[in-house]
Amino acid sequence: MRLAISHITRYSYSTPVPYGVQQIKLYPKPTRGQAVINWSITVEGATQEAEFTDHHRNHVMLFSFDQGVTELVIHSQGVVEMADQAGIVGPHEGLAPLWLFQRATEHTRAGKGCRDILRSVEGDSDLERLHDLSARIHAAIVYETGKSEIAWSAEDALAAGHGVCQDHAHVFLACARAMGLPARYVSGYLRMDGQDEQSATHAWAEAHVEGLGWVGFDVSNAISPDTRYVRVATGLDYTEAAPIAGHRYGVAGENMDVTLRVTQQQ
Amino acid sequence: MDMFDEMQGQNGQIRSPYATFDAWLSDEDAARLRAKSREAEDLFRLTGITFNVYGRSEAEERLIPFDIIPRIISAREWQRLERGIEQRVCAINAFLHDIYHRQEILRAGRLPQEMISSNEAFLPQMIGMMPPGGVYTHITGIDLVRTGPDDFFVLEDNARTPSGVSYMLENRETMLRMFPELFSRNRVRPVSDYPRNLRRSLAASAPVACEGTPTVAVLTPGIFNSAYYEHAFLADKMGVELVEGHDLRIVDGRVAMRTTRGYRPIDVLYRRVDDDFLDPLNFNPDSALGVPGIMDIYRAGGITIANAPGTGISDDKAIYSYMPEIVEFYTGERPILQNVPTWRCNEKESLDYVLAHLSELVVKEVHGSGGYGMLIGPAASKKELKDFERKLRARPGNYIAQPTLSLSTVPVFTKAGLAPRHVDLRPYVLMSPEGINVTPGGLTRVAMKKGSLVVNSSQGGGTKDTWVLED
Repeated sequence: MRLAISHITRYSYSTPVPYGVQQIKLYPKPTRGQAVINWSITVEGATQEAEFTDHHRNHVMLFSFDQGVTELVIHSQGVVEMADQAGIVGPHEGLAPLWLFQRATEHTRAGKGCRDILRSVEGDSDLERLHDLSARIHAAIVYETGKSEIAWSAEDALAAGHGVCQDHAHVFLACARAMGLPARYVSGYLRMDGQDEQSATHAWAEAHVEGLGWVGFDVSNAISPDTRYVRVATGLDYTEAAPIAGHRYGVAGENMDVTLRVTQQQ
Repeated sequence: MDMFDEMQGQNGQIRSPYATFDAWLSDEDAARLRAKSREAEDLFRLTGITFNVYGRSEAEERLIPFDIIPRIISAREWQRLERGIEQRVCAINAFLHDIYHRQEILRAGRLPQEMISSNEAFLPQMIGMMPPGGVYTHITGIDLVRTGPDDFFVLEDNARTPSGVSYMLENRETMLRMFPELFSRNRVRPVSDYPRNLRRSLAASAPVACEGTPTVAVLTPGIFNSAYYEHAFLADKMGVELVEGHDLRIVDGRVAMRTTRGYRPIDVLYRRVDDDFLDPLNFNPDSALGVPGIMDIYRAGGITIANAPGTGISDDKAIYSYMPEIVEFYTGERPILQNVPTWRCNEKESLDYVLAHLSELVVKEVHGSGGYGMLIGPAASKKELKDFERKLRARPGNYIAQPTLSLSTVPVFTKAGLAPRHVDLRPYVLMSPEGINVTPGGLTRVAMKKGSLVVNSSQGGGTKDTWVLED
């Protein structure tokens, strides 16, 4: 299946930005069952400064704001050919050791909330337990946009009882790591059934299971990723896999507007 | 145990490196020396070389005591030390490259995986990153102690941002001014070319993006940092810019500094800012001391950061205990310099031993530095021992223990004449793709209190000029 993606992020500022940098991880990752047919990233209002592959094998670009801009537009687009892998990404690759993915981070530290969930998890294998874990997190945190905060930790989201895909993924990571399994955050695109316009980029989690390698879990939709899921960046948590991160000087207020279309070509 | 005095030996016979000095000293008038000693102190006050002591109110600025009796090392002694230091620094750099790439030492089972995987000094952002020229530690300070004529031990490797080299230079400068006659009688190897060597070594480590003569700069956290004097001093002596994070921007794919003629790219940044504060975009977002995006420019080959980020994994005190294995693994040679035997308290048997012998041992925090948070068993009160026992049991993995070494002494000049005081030595090692350069001598730190083994300046230690004699 071919997916055509057009992702526009438009930032507008209340006063001109004197200086700042923007880090972009928007190029789909080399992944089994996911081939990039073509892809391009253009940015208006900023100049490209660096391009490299990071420790998670993410394609990273750094831009600096053009002096005095009040608008920054990032347009990422292309076509990706997807083949169904039943949610299995496969063997671990790259120099980052597997143990790195067992490290808890600020966002994924397991506390009482995670331990309560873990106590009820059932299954005869790691894979079964992970599926059960995903279902239990889905039940514990109601998907609700606009009410959670980007800085929330896994425990914050559990305490609130609601959150977005980022929160679901963080709780899954915290629990999977507490089970002793390597786990990582994935940011990417999802084509929701029957609709071309998507409200936002998506996030899910992957855990490393002996014998299978990395396996994806989308807690928010209670399934494992299929051909509608395009992997873009990975990391230990949101902060490492965020599609766009920035550091800006000046006090300008920021407004962000996302237009995302994911259309099926065949 | 007999104490080894580097001047008087074990039997009161003046040792040969000190013979010429001793002859001079016995002709000197005590009153003149006392006056000279005071004069030296005034000189230090004038040059403004002071040190902020952490943990005291208002970060009080204090003069580090300077002692006029030099510490003298013979050419033969130095030769062996120099070879051992070079070997160690080579091994540290090979280890860092390995740890951030294929981790062969873990695969070979020569270092337990937990030593790296549970170590906060391991910096994931360095995985797969090849620093320009393959150099990780452009500047290393290897802390050595001595217990006998031929017995030197490495106490600590400082591979992050070793400080104190300005004292080495100022101490020599002061001695040359106070006692010029001593330097015509003794053939002392100069240290004054350190800033020139440092600049050359840094320039030789420039990234491929560099065009023409490399531009070097020193990055300081600012005037409130305890070592600000040294940052300014080194920039001045090297003839390069001293910059702070807010002076720098990303321009044309490079890290550039503001000048009167616009932004100018920096090729090599000698940073005296810790990893965590270096880049608010990639590390601690609250840091106001760093440069957002510098890690991106670094990974893309646009700048050399000296020392490389992530070198802390090699000077961690728990890793220290594996240094003999590390040296052998990467150099294929036996280590020339010995390690102090070390008990790792995360191992149960070691912890039991340490708890049973606490009053004889020195216990240090694995990630600590500057002599803070350590226990010196023989000098501790019953209550201090009890308190430390509790800390050890609560977090054994946080501590290592070592025997209390009978550190060598060198006399200091006191009102009542010469008196032996314990010393250590920090030689400074420069590394670039062109090779390794060890400055002959280094910084001798001396415990000014009688019997004290703590030489850290933050704990009231002083310094001495360190002489390495020509053959």
